[in-house]
Amino acid sequence: METKNFKYVYDRPEALVDKVTHYCPGCGHGIVHKLLAEVIDELGVREKAIIIAPVGCSVLIYDYMNFDGCEASHGRAPAVATGLKRVNPDNVVISYQGDGDLLAIGTAEAVHVANRGENITTIFINNAIYGMTGGQMAPTTMEKQITATTPYGRDPMDVGFPIRGCELLNTLEAPVFIERCSIYDFKNTLKTKKAIKKGIKNQIEGRGYSFIEVLSTCPTNWGMKPQEAANWVKDTMVPYYPLGNFRDN
Amino acid sequence: MSEKILMKGNEALGEAAIIAGCRFYFGYPITPQNEVPAYMSRRLPRVGGTFLQAESELAAINMVYGASAAGARVMTSSSSPGISLKQEGLSYIAGAELPCVVVNIMRGGPGLGNIAGSQGDYFQSTRGGGNGDYRQLVLTPATVQEMADLTLLAFDLADEYRIAVLILGDGYLGQISEALTLPKPTGKVFEKPWALTGAKGRKPNKVASLRLVPETSLEELNLVLNEKYKKISAKECRSESYLTEDAEYLLVAYGTSSRICREAVNELREEGIKAGLFRLITAWPFPAEALQIASAKAKKILTVEMSLGQMIEDVKLSVKDPERVDFYGRSGGMLPETDEIKRRIKAYGN
Repeated sequence: METKNFKYVYDRPEALVDKVTHYCPGCGHGIVHKLLAEVIDELGVREKAIIIAPVGCSVLIYDYMNFDGCEASHGRAPAVATGLKRVNPDNVVISYQGDGDLLAIGTAEAVHVANRGENITTIFINNAIYGMTGGQMAPTTMEKQITATTPYGRDPMDVGFPIRGCELLNTLEAPVFIERCSIYDFKNTLKTKKAIKKGIKNQIEGRGYSFIEVLSTCPTNWGMKPQEAANWVKDTMVPYYPLGNFRDN
Repeated sequence: MSEKILMKGNEALGEAAIIAGCRFYFGYPITPQNEVPAYMSRRLPRVGGTFLQAESELAAINMVYGASAAGARVMTSSSSPGISLKQEGLSYIAGAELPCVVVNIMRGGPGLGNIAGSQGDYFQSTRGGGNGDYRQLVLTPATVQEMADLTLLAFDLADEYRIAVLILGDGYLGQISEALTLPKPTGKVFEKPWALTGAKGRKPNKVASLRLVPETSLEELNLVLNEKYKKISAKECRSESYLTEDAEYLLVAYGTSSRICREAVNELREEGIKAGLFRLITAWPFPAEALQIASAKAKKILTVEMSLGQMIEDVKLSVKDPERVDFYGRSGGMLPETDEIKRRIKAYGN
């Protein structure tokens, strides 16, 4: 086939390492990783970026990102991000966290990093379950949702209601940007990319703390096929976790 | 010549950190070390540094982790219960080989205990309170002058070995005011090519302790760490032997309890009793060889601690004929008494 007149229109982002990830089929992490890498390239900050890897399924994110990376203990990514950013304010520091990390074991750090208005960007992956440890209840697990530690379904009278991260942080004065998005379909995936881009741009411009929550999928631990999982986000999670912008100062 | 000035132990330590080039401090209030964060919050903004009061000790040690990963000289301080909370972070710091200085101004425990000085955290400091196969350097100052001098040393050792250096003081030492000469900067410079500063013109750096494939890499990392610990053990043991050459009765102590022992030794010598003092300056590595030399002629070795017996285990492991080793300690914020030390030494002679 004649290809010399083809125009090169799409390639792997430079910020994304060319390797196979360990993520399950239908998992949202791979999509969000790619969106982040594209944004890093588009904003030209790959050589300034530092990704903080949380504990959870995305613990190896620094192996997939072609820029500096730092491990954090469970829940402490915001504190590690604070230390990194305070030393080198010109670096672009991204705290990538899951729902157990951010809203259970690391709630204090998550709230206080936002309250201080640290000039960093948080990407919060909410898939309503603990993935890496085998599907236990997360703070964002839906009411009646069956998990490894709620075999009879999550009972809010026993373990409380799912926590809404954006709404919680929206009570604070300091954050400049708070948005909830999802990757359950193409349209929303593009919106997610736009929000991530805004969050990183805010940081580059020194505007302060940005928080992007992404409603994501975990087909393996939900016991669903990938498309069923995407549908479950739309039909079950979105009604409880409304999508949209909460703050854009 | 530098002038002598009067300072509290905690404040001398803070000023020494600034002299050492520390420009980042993260901490959380707890008595009896509150003068450290107060001092740093006053001084650091004046020298272009950052003081940040964290939301918890957990957050503080992880801010230290981040700042160290970024290549900075960084310090945190706390007291016993707060140091317990930092243990997870210290284990990660060991695994990721990050340099930092951590100050423990010990108070009485277990639990909330009390706020008086104590030496109950020797095990935690020297055995590692966090998970996994790791060590940390432990310096044990006994005077306000040493609070300053050892702080400078701590920053150099931390950078040289990429390790957490713990300064193990106690509430009495933190609160006491004494004259000291502020130390001069050592001038040592350490390159940190591993630091996270952005992958400009180089491959991405990673700061992490995670090694998922056990047979090929975690053991490899642990063996690398172990080589480092062996090197530190060989090179960095520090101690002071006071009137030990002919000592028939040897006291072994560190920090505040060593000052009480020194007084007892002086008084016993006045009475013609050949007493001596072996004082730790590093608790890990434990100065075993120096102790063997200092205890060569001793009939009895009395370990004196502000705890119910922790360092004594290292003493027994180090000396020949460990049946010579005896113990006297007070706990819960109480101090050993000179008279009681003298009484026990004299009783050995009968």
